Amino acid sequence: MAMPEGWLTQLPAPAGTLEPVQRRGRLALSEQGFPSRKQESWRLTDLTRLEALFQLSIADQKSDRSSADSLPSVPEQALRLVIDGSLDPLQGVTLPAGISQLEGAELQQALGHTLSRCRCASDWPVELNHGVSQQILALRIRGNVPPVELVMLAANAMLVPTRVLLLVEEKAELELLQVVSAQGQAAHSHLLEIHLGQESKVNHGLLALGEGQEALLANLAVEQESRSHYSLVSVSQGWSFGRLEPRVVQVDGQASTSIHGLSVTAADEQFAVHTAMRFEGPEGTLDQVQKTIAADRSHSIFNGAIQVPRPAQRTNASQLSRNLLLSGRARVDAKPELEIVADDVRCTHGATVSQLQEDQLFYLRSRGITQSSAAALLLRGYCKEVLDRLPLEGSQRWLGDSLQVGGMTS
Amino acid sequence: MIRPDAELLLEINDLHASVEDKPILNGVNLQVKAGEIHAVMGRNGSGKSTLSKVLAGHPAYRVTSGSVRYLGRDLLELEPEERSRLGVFLGFQYPIEIPGVSNLEFLRVSTNARREKQGKEEFDTFDFDDHVRNRLQVVQMDPAFLERSVNEGFSGGEKKRNEILQMALLDPVVAILDETDSGLDIDALRIVAGGVNELASPDNCTLLITHYQRLLDEITPDYVHVMGAGRILRTGGSELALELEKIGYDWVDQQLAAEGVA
Repeated sequence: MAMPEGWLTQLPAPAGTLEPVQRRGRLALSEQGFPSRKQESWRLTDLTRLEALFQLSIADQKSDRSSADSLPSVPEQALRLVIDGSLDPLQGVTLPAGISQLEGAELQQALGHTLSRCRCASDWPVELNHGVSQQILALRIRGNVPPVELVMLAANAMLVPTRVLLLVEEKAELELLQVVSAQGQAAHSHLLEIHLGQESKVNHGLLALGEGQEALLANLAVEQESRSHYSLVSVSQGWSFGRLEPRVVQVDGQASTSIHGLSVTAADEQFAVHTAMRFEGPEGTLDQVQKTIAADRSHSIFNGAIQVPRPAQRTNASQLSRNLLLSGRARVDAKPELEIVADDVRCTHGATVSQLQEDQLFYLRSRGITQSSAAALLLRGYCKEVLDRLPLEGSQRWLGDSLQVGGMTS
Repeated sequence: MIRPDAELLLEINDLHASVEDKPILNGVNLQVKAGEIHAVMGRNGSGKSTLSKVLAGHPAYRVTSGSVRYLGRDLLELEPEERSRLGVFLGFQYPIEIPGVSNLEFLRVSTNARREKQGKEEFDTFDFDDHVRNRLQVVQMDPAFLERSVNEGFSGGEKKRNEILQMALLDPVVAILDETDSGLDIDALRIVAGGVNELASPDNCTLLITHYQRLLDEITPDYVHVMGAGRILRTGGSELALELEKIGYDWVDQQLAAEGVA
């Protein structure tokens, strides 16, 4: 299918720092056309919802700013940056010691490097972001810096493109909470690149909160040098259409990666998580748990690729996909995808699909707890393993310790 | 403690029940008065555990006929949570693990549900903390277990102590303990039995479901009932349990054969 007629030509002329990237993205979009369900990674996608993105206007410097007034307070010491596709997120901000802006040749050199290493530079959602992003937040992290909270807002039926690049230098440590929030049938196209230098450490939380009618396309590309530690905790709920694609590559092995995810869908929402982990050197580790809760008529998709080529001897990877169906009409598609060529490795994977356990419900009810409260307690217990890992008290501050699940508050 | 004038708390009449359309209970009759401790014994498959689950309202068990009156009301029409709030307690043979749900929070929510029904003030987090720590001594339980997920990673003995702790907190009128002695070593058995004895009062009653005399060495029942083929075949005093220890259950087969049941 071709791109909606005229959409590409109506975009503002390529300009600014990202001009070459915009040209590249637009050319790719016109050549690739629109994704098709014949492509494996889009096979289960409701493409009509993707098409609907092209009805939205794209946020730019002239757009009304989304309201950042009602955000929860940020912990002391933490740096909050708000990105809404219009104003410069660094305007009026004094960056703390250790965090500096990447500009000029340095930026051009780093831009897209991690996307290429993660082999996702030509993916359709990435090219879409290339084509429409007009600004980039690019930061260099040195040493041990204060926690950073990146809040990305979308509202008023706008498509908000955001692009972030983080260069985390050798031995640096970063605690990062990204909050992607949308309301008013808006959409996000988000692209993040993180490069972790040797012995660096990034504890990354991504909290993606829609209100049921919004759309999210988020691509996270992470490149790890040896002896680095990267942890991603993603929590999503409330997206009519969502696609989250974290891709991590350990370029020399000997690094550790942990990926924990929770996606909650209700009503007729569709949310897909496509993770890809690639070990390009020996002795890397991965600890991955992806959980879903699907209520009502919603559809949750998980695709977890792990690639262990020949140089990645003594890799130790585990992946577990746990899926909870709260309704007979909800649907879950979970697919592990392990490509293992190295022969001296330990890779385990598992997938479970279940409903709330009758015995657990009865146990709680036999202690005076109503059916609905018992179900909510069980759901909260199920989510806790992931929610508690969000950095910067993300769960307590942004969710108030509760998730809305199919009309129940856990 | 048998008192002829004591209040009738639980009255089971000709109770029949099935699970997955398979009849398990075939006419259970039992009356339990305030202050009494009843032991229900019998072989595996005799219907003891089913009786306990039916009384607690497990949705997998269907009552096909008969009645159960509790404090003068129809117990069977009540939801499991309502039964608990009104003072019916089931100590599980296999307490369920609930990952991610804090034991302390679970205990507080259930205790408050019961207290509300009793017309007592609900505990806030701090008051409950004091209260539960006080009740821990009933089963000599380590406070560290309050901070863990419900029963998760507890040993068999710890799970049973947690059950009796719940009993201590919920202050039941009818306590049904389903094989509380299984999986306990001698010391744990004494502690758990001590807790049950401490909680027994002239105002409540206890139904002990057990296979073994060893629990009854610690808790002296007023009545011992022997179940077979889904009903009570014989009732006696505490001496009946001692007799069973000697003669076993072969007579059950003979009795049922004589009745044409087995």
